[in-house]
Amino acid sequence: MNSIDQNIFAATDTELLRFTTAGSVDDGKSTLIGRLLVDTKGVFEDQLDAAKRIEAKKGAKGAYLALLTDGLQAEREQGITIDVAYRYFATPKRKFIIADTPGHEQYTRNMVTGASTAHLAVILIDARKGVLTQSRRHTYISRLLGIPHIVVAINKMDLVGYAQETYEKIVRDFLEFYEKLDVTGGDVTFIPISALEGDMVVERGHNMPWYEGPTLLEKLETAPVLVQINAEDFRFPVQLVSRPQTEELHDFRGYMGRIESGSVKVGDAITVLPSGLTSRIKRIITWDGELEEAFAPMSVTLTLEDERDISRGDMIVHTDNPPRVEKELRAMLCWMHETPMVPGKKYLIKHTTTTVKAMVTALEYRVDINTLEHIPAPPELKMNEIGLVNLKLLKPIACDAYEKNRATGGFIVIDDFTNMTVGAGMIR
Amino acid sequence: MTPTLSHLKALEAESIHIMREVVAEFRNPVMLYSVGKDSSVMLHVARKAFYPGPLPFPLLHVDTGYKFKEMYAFRDWYAKEIGARLIVHRNEEAIAQGAHPLKLGVARCCGALKTKALLDALAEGGFDAAMGGARRDEERSRAKERIFSFRDEFGQWDPKNQRPELWDLYNCRIHEGESIRVFPLSNWTEVDVWQYIKLENIPIVPLYYAKERLMVRRGTLLIPADDAGNLKEGEQPEVVMCRFRTLGCSPCTGAVYSTATTIDEIVAEAATATRSERETRIIDHGSNTMEDKKKEGYF
Repeated sequence: MNSIDQNIFAATDTELLRFTTAGSVDDGKSTLIGRLLVDTKGVFEDQLDAAKRIEAKKGAKGAYLALLTDGLQAEREQGITIDVAYRYFATPKRKFIIADTPGHEQYTRNMVTGASTAHLAVILIDARKGVLTQSRRHTYISRLLGIPHIVVAINKMDLVGYAQETYEKIVRDFLEFYEKLDVTGGDVTFIPISALEGDMVVERGHNMPWYEGPTLLEKLETAPVLVQINAEDFRFPVQLVSRPQTEELHDFRGYMGRIESGSVKVGDAITVLPSGLTSRIKRIITWDGELEEAFAPMSVTLTLEDERDISRGDMIVHTDNPPRVEKELRAMLCWMHETPMVPGKKYLIKHTTTTVKAMVTALEYRVDINTLEHIPAPPELKMNEIGLVNLKLLKPIACDAYEKNRATGGFIVIDDFTNMTVGAGMIR
Repeated sequence: MTPTLSHLKALEAESIHIMREVVAEFRNPVMLYSVGKDSSVMLHVARKAFYPGPLPFPLLHVDTGYKFKEMYAFRDWYAKEIGARLIVHRNEEAIAQGAHPLKLGVARCCGALKTKALLDALAEGGFDAAMGGARRDEERSRAKERIFSFRDEFGQWDPKNQRPELWDLYNCRIHEGESIRVFPLSNWTEVDVWQYIKLENIPIVPLYYAKERLMVRRGTLLIPADDAGNLKEGEQPEVVMCRFRTLGCSPCTGAVYSTATTIDEIVAEAATATRSERETRIIDHGSNTMEDKKKEGYF
């Protein structure tokens, strides 16, 4: 990928920011992403030429920007985004991964998917239309999935004469609804932009001297990425037990996994969950050498002072800071399959490295994602619907509230007959 | 204050996590090894993932017979060097019948020597998961690909009916005969790959370094001319200072003009490139798109 400043790429210590974009067909989301890619030179000339050739055939001004991002034939034919697409670009300050998600209500599941790994969400609002039902939906989902930073990009300012009053009214309307949203933490930034003309995306442009805040790119380059990972609570789900049984390693037993949150040192007192066995960290092994201390999101191999019966699906944690170990859970569930979720049915859930049978014992309420109203005890949860469920598990799992720890609070639901991923849950 | 990982170490940690999930959840995984730079990175990360143990799966090279001779030499040396189990699979029937891009056309040749050979090799080996080094930034249909991507019993991809993929929770469940293609380098870009090769000092095929080579100009492409079979009538070979940004089959892979003879120069060149790397791959042009080929089973 090309860069604004070629020398910066010699450095390998840039940070990675993942963000998601939510917006509907007419909000100009694909145009915005195209604009970001073009103005940061994140797109190659041959790809740009190909998009411009198609635009010349179709004749709409600026359409090449959107054509850069629509990946599947069906999407280009219908002019819509169907699925999550991942895009990459870099500036001298950071590398970026965009999860580009469709905004229509019937694609809520794709939006949830894109939001699940994001540090930041860009929510697009058409300046001519103001805050719509879908803006509320996008904001709610971003917050539900625990995205700490929300950027409200008020787009198409060129079509409202770059009027400050229009921008300010939308900010007021948005805040009025946002304050009613039951959320804690996180921040919201408002930026007036024209993706088509390029104002306030990468360049400031000359059309909105009244706006003194950051451009979209400046915001993307400076939003903290650290808040994403819980730094306090050491959580190490065991992925694999390594027993090479080679000549020089015949007694070796290492626990391979990724530190999902927190950090760990040699000598730390640990507990293995759900069994409750205790020991101390003996070695932290990596190919690059043994470490005294390791932190999230590193992938390492741990050995313990004592021989313990540990297998995939167990979680190693600090003895003085354990998560909950539970067989019954309350969780917000987003349903992702055409066959609705019915209480009483059994599913599989995959949580960290463990897969366990589960039954939905109750559906407390469904959230109307447009009005945010709670509809009590509906009979089922249809595709793209979100609701609060009670789950009973066959075996206990070690978990945290999603709000506190994304990695140990999220799970996916799998239909054990079709093997499809049918839902995503966030533990309360 | 918690320290942060550099983006390369963060990408490496993610790829290691993915590979360990594959080994934990699948009965018989395999790693596709195409001898190129992405394969080299993927293999290197795999060795790190399972250290201090050995690689817990074999490498599979789907060979068309038309790879560059430097690639074969490198492949055999490197597999031996690291003690990996290497499976080489060729569509011998098509090769015996003289399949060649200039004769069959590129799409049919690729279909027989790559897609069919790959599907046959996976079926023969009974592999239920195949890891490949494809990246999402390479091509727009690849941007839509999951990290764990489901294939039906015919090895086909249905882009409109993909499993949702959330957080780092990968659904690895399949029925008999179905399989999963896994892309541990999904989130890497070309620049990341080169920076990582430099950082980790990973050996790569010398074709990536610029030197004077005998080439023929075909349209905007530079095609290797050291094999007379690659030449069309009337084409005149000439000596050109060039290197390869990607490696495929010698009749179908173009070189780029370059004077980059060191890894530092390659990193700098990749960071300032204005044309995409796959532009030099003939298979990507023409009406049969990457999306079509992927649906049929191409990696």
